[in-house]
Amino acid sequence: MVAKRIIPCLDVKDGVTVKGVNFEGLKEVGDAVTLGARYASEGADELVYLDISATREGRRTFIGLVEKIAGCIDIPFTVGGGISDVETAARLLDAGADKISINSAAVRTPQLITEIASRYGSQFVVVAIDAKCIDGIWRATTHGGSILTDLELCSWAHEAQERGAGEILFTSMDHDGTFNGYPCEVYARLAERLSIPVIASGGAGSVEDIADVLTKGGADAALAASIFHYGMVSIPVLKRELAKRKINVRI
Amino acid sequence: MIVVIDYRTGNIRSVMNALRRLGCDAELTSDPVRILSADHVILPGVGDCSEAMRNLRESGLSDVIRKISSPVLGICVGMQLMCRRSEEGGTEGLGIFPTDVVRFVPEPGLKIPHMGWNSISNLKSELFNGVDEGSYVYYVHSYYPVMCDCAIATSIHGTEFCGALKWNNFYGCQFHPEKSSSVGTTIIENFLKL
Repeated sequence: MVAKRIIPCLDVKDGVTVKGVNFEGLKEVGDAVTLGARYASEGADELVYLDISATREGRRTFIGLVEKIAGCIDIPFTVGGGISDVETAARLLDAGADKISINSAAVRTPQLITEIASRYGSQFVVVAIDAKCIDGIWRATTHGGSILTDLELCSWAHEAQERGAGEILFTSMDHDGTFNGYPCEVYARLAERLSIPVIASGGAGSVEDIADVLTKGGADAALAASIFHYGMVSIPVLKRELAKRKINVRI
Repeated sequence: MIVVIDYRTGNIRSVMNALRRLGCDAELTSDPVRILSADHVILPGVGDCSEAMRNLRESGLSDVIRKISSPVLGICVGMQLMCRRSEEGGTEGLGIFPTDVVRFVPEPGLKIPHMGWNSISNLKSELFNGVDEGSYVYYVHSYYPVMCDCAIATSIHGTEFCGALKWNNFYGCQFHPEKSSSVGTTIIENFLKL
């Protein structure tokens, strides 16, 4: 049986890993390649690198960084952040990325999902959705949560799947960086609706939170940043604890 | 000398990177002379099987591969090309492994593509020296080689299938050893010792 995956996420700004609380108030936590290699050796199943550089210079640095990551890391990794055309996706593939994640650009141009998936395969395309609950309805946001769209979470995720997305990475903007746990009932609804894997992201504060989203939430993978970066839970401890709860993980 | 066959397929960099991490100097080439004189040959492959096979045939490499007497390792689509035929695009393969490649049949709860870490069992080749039964390896695929006598590792995703195959000097892995952490590294090292 396919194991549930644990995925540390590294936000990278100008080559340095940073992690914010609710996408603001960024703190530096270390070198992106070294930190990724450490997580891989500790038992991470995949890595996600998100480029949050705002400048062209920063973006150029990121491509070089992807090449370095590909040279050093022996597990799959996804890269995302600001990918808005097929050419950029192709450059990242050439640099050695196993998957790319698209977010705002997919909302703006859903055809982008179709184009990248048909050219490089569904396994290469992760569609990331940052959503917020407004009056009981989960709506997708773009630009790091600052722009609210009319897209309802489950319908949008389903459209992404039909267009060829290989996975959905859903972050609740109401939970991200809070350490209060994931909205499991929303994940369960999403997992029920989709036939592709769902990655849960944003909100993990404890082993229990991650166990919950992988069981009650029906998620296939849990992505987290702060709890790993700040050493609140280490990956080996987390996986042992999940295994104790009869969750199938790679140890 | 280690040769990685270049036939215009996607993402061969990860295989080259894995070899470099092991300190091996591999040559990426489509030159039949280099391929036939190599000590070890790796046939990578990502993407569509029919297109990959077309590239192999057009470059004349399909006949070259059959003639290799050194150990050959096909990875993912590279391995599928070495089977008899694939359902993907109705592709005729090289016919080295006596089995066919078919698509996973959708069933409730079964995610296709089969993507992620799955365990390998029934290990029976020097390729798996030092690898425990039930070890996890990384898979990404929608088509799989049907169970046959030359299976040297099996996995289960809805149905049991060949995770790895062996026929004389030809080896194949459906999973990606180059992305399978320390287990994958051991498998690649074992191959290079053959």
